[in-house]
Amino acid sequence: MKTIAETGKARWQHETLEPALKKSPERAASFTTISGRPIDRLYTAEDVEGIDYERDINEPGVFPYTRGIHPTGYRGKLWTMRQFAGFGTPEDTNARYKSLLQAGSTGLSVAFDLPTLMGRDPDHELSLGEVGKCGVSIMSLADMETLFDGISLADITTSMTINSPAAMIFAMYLVVAEQQGADWKTISGTIQNDILKEFIAQKEYIFPPRPSMRLITDIFAFCSTQVPKWNTISVSGYHIREAGATAVQELAFTLRDGLEYVQWGVDAGLDVDAFVPQISFFFNAHSDFFEEIAKYRAARKIWARAMRDRFGAKNERSWKLRFHSQTAGVSLTAQQPYNNVVRTALQALSAVLGGTNSLHTNSLDEALALPTSEAATLALRTQQIIAHESGVANVVDPLGGSYFVEKLTRDMEDGALAYFKTIDAMGGMVEAIERGFPQQEIAESSYRFQQAFERKEKIMVGVNAFVQQDDPPIEILYIDESTSDTQLAKLEALRATRHQEAVTRALDALRAAAHTTENLMPRILDAVRAYATVGEMCDALRDVWGEYEEVPII
Amino acid sequence: MRKLRVVIAKPGLDGHDRGAKVIARALRDAGMEVIYTGLRQTPEMIASAALQEDADCIGLSILSGAHNHIAPRLMELLKEKGLDDVLVVIGGIIPDVDIPKLKAIGVKGIFLPGTPMQDIVDFINTHARERARA
Repeated sequence: MKTIAETGKARWQHETLEPALKKSPERAASFTTISGRPIDRLYTAEDVEGIDYERDINEPGVFPYTRGIHPTGYRGKLWTMRQFAGFGTPEDTNARYKSLLQAGSTGLSVAFDLPTLMGRDPDHELSLGEVGKCGVSIMSLADMETLFDGISLADITTSMTINSPAAMIFAMYLVVAEQQGADWKTISGTIQNDILKEFIAQKEYIFPPRPSMRLITDIFAFCSTQVPKWNTISVSGYHIREAGATAVQELAFTLRDGLEYVQWGVDAGLDVDAFVPQISFFFNAHSDFFEEIAKYRAARKIWARAMRDRFGAKNERSWKLRFHSQTAGVSLTAQQPYNNVVRTALQALSAVLGGTNSLHTNSLDEALALPTSEAATLALRTQQIIAHESGVANVVDPLGGSYFVEKLTRDMEDGALAYFKTIDAMGGMVEAIERGFPQQEIAESSYRFQQAFERKEKIMVGVNAFVQQDDPPIEILYIDESTSDTQLAKLEALRATRHQEAVTRALDALRAAAHTTENLMPRILDAVRAYATVGEMCDALRDVWGEYEEVPII
Repeated sequence: MRKLRVVIAKPGLDGHDRGAKVIARALRDAGMEVIYTGLRQTPEMIASAALQEDADCIGLSILSGAHNHIAPRLMELLKEKGLDDVLVVIGGIIPDVDIPKLKAIGVKGIFLPGTPMQDIVDFINTHARERARA
């Protein structure tokens, strides 16, 4: 962009601003984003002098995709409205899915309970009190059959938030698809399958980093030929942000994780363009409106350049960063919960203005519990109002060219690239994680934010300002202990009726294969077909690889 | 007077440790001796840590809904070990209906989302003092 020297900022400051400040000072000595980034009072052409339109921004659908990956933005197809849901038994969640699809959801997204996420059966000591609480309990193929009963996997796309046992859960989905007569070559969906952010932030890891990475590259290789439309990984900043990272840290660690997966895929002998188009991303839609928009725009730019220049990808599909976003769970307040509807609407709007390809909006009651059906419907309606009433979906990247947004996009990019340098110098993301580097950075930011909140430098309406004493309670979804009893009884019945010898044989074969370098997916599919449980399959791999234990950093 | 000794523990399968870490740091900054157990602790492991560390207070961080199982078991174990004078507090997501049940079994403080850190520091300072003096 060209400088307009005669309307210089310096002159404005001198002639217009200073007299105004003398009359009425500003509200605060400095202004910062929610991440603590200082924000100037005004951005002009001078702030974007170093930015070249064609090189750094360009039209939508054109490298480096800062303005979006689709030339028509949302005029062609709206973003996918995908509401994350799961609780209790597979029967409970199946009913919720049917009602979400009825209400106009355009994709499913499965939330699993903690025992499933951690590869434990409900009868394990650590599963005590956790079965069906934070998501749906899936023990074996039998539960997966129930979960998708009456839902045609050929006609919907499904996202599954599963990481350490991703291969097992994905195998179950594939077998259900096969039973329904759906073609693996055409079914589509996403598995989160992002173990690096588990070590960094969410901590739902089972195996140590290196064998965990091998499971992931096995999935890349398997899908590139067998399930070509599947998103094999959703490289996630969401959890990194929820753990307390700043926007730049979320951007930097997520994209650097992405580069790490690509590197491991290449090192495993895969051609970049054969598996990178199946990699997708998942970002947080937090509260600082413009900072978030800049984050998404910077993400597309950084990824495109890294794929083309660092990895030599030739296929345009490898360059295009596609992402899902979810509004920020940490921003929700238990106090005055209806305020959360407003927060979520603004966060969702920022994700849309940033060009999200798919979106989940949180429900107003989620600081208290899993959402009720009514709250989940309202959250979906929020997206529909943005899509069909606000008019923002009529034009591609309406904020492109804004001095502020373009400058912030550039700043976000610079911040992320500086982190890349540090992490590259450590030898890569696996090494950085082993040293506790991203974990430490996030813990620092999280504590800094908490202190700013306590000093009321950062305000949360209804919590540290505008507090209301007589806050009426709202109705919440209460998950009782009956899920655990039901699932335990089912587990016992399963173990009594399945062909035990076939299970043992399949698990032995999986264990043996884990000692070699052969692709584990076919072995896992065999075990799934024999109705081996998630816990049993993970135990077979624990026998070979052991479990990861972190050194906690506070 | 010796420093208060606080064990911060993360029981159950949940790995969301932001709250546990922030509070551990805040208590340390407030002059307490903080022992953070790390993730995935069973009630048995937490009770042993309290015994070994001569804790004046145990702070549990639970967001997953497993408190109805974990808290009663922990209270039972503390009694068995003669640690019933240790102050037990919980921070996290606890439905209102469960609060009286937890109080009835001896959980003294329950801190819900949005609680200022200073409130927790003050609560522990007030209620764990007696044990530290003894």
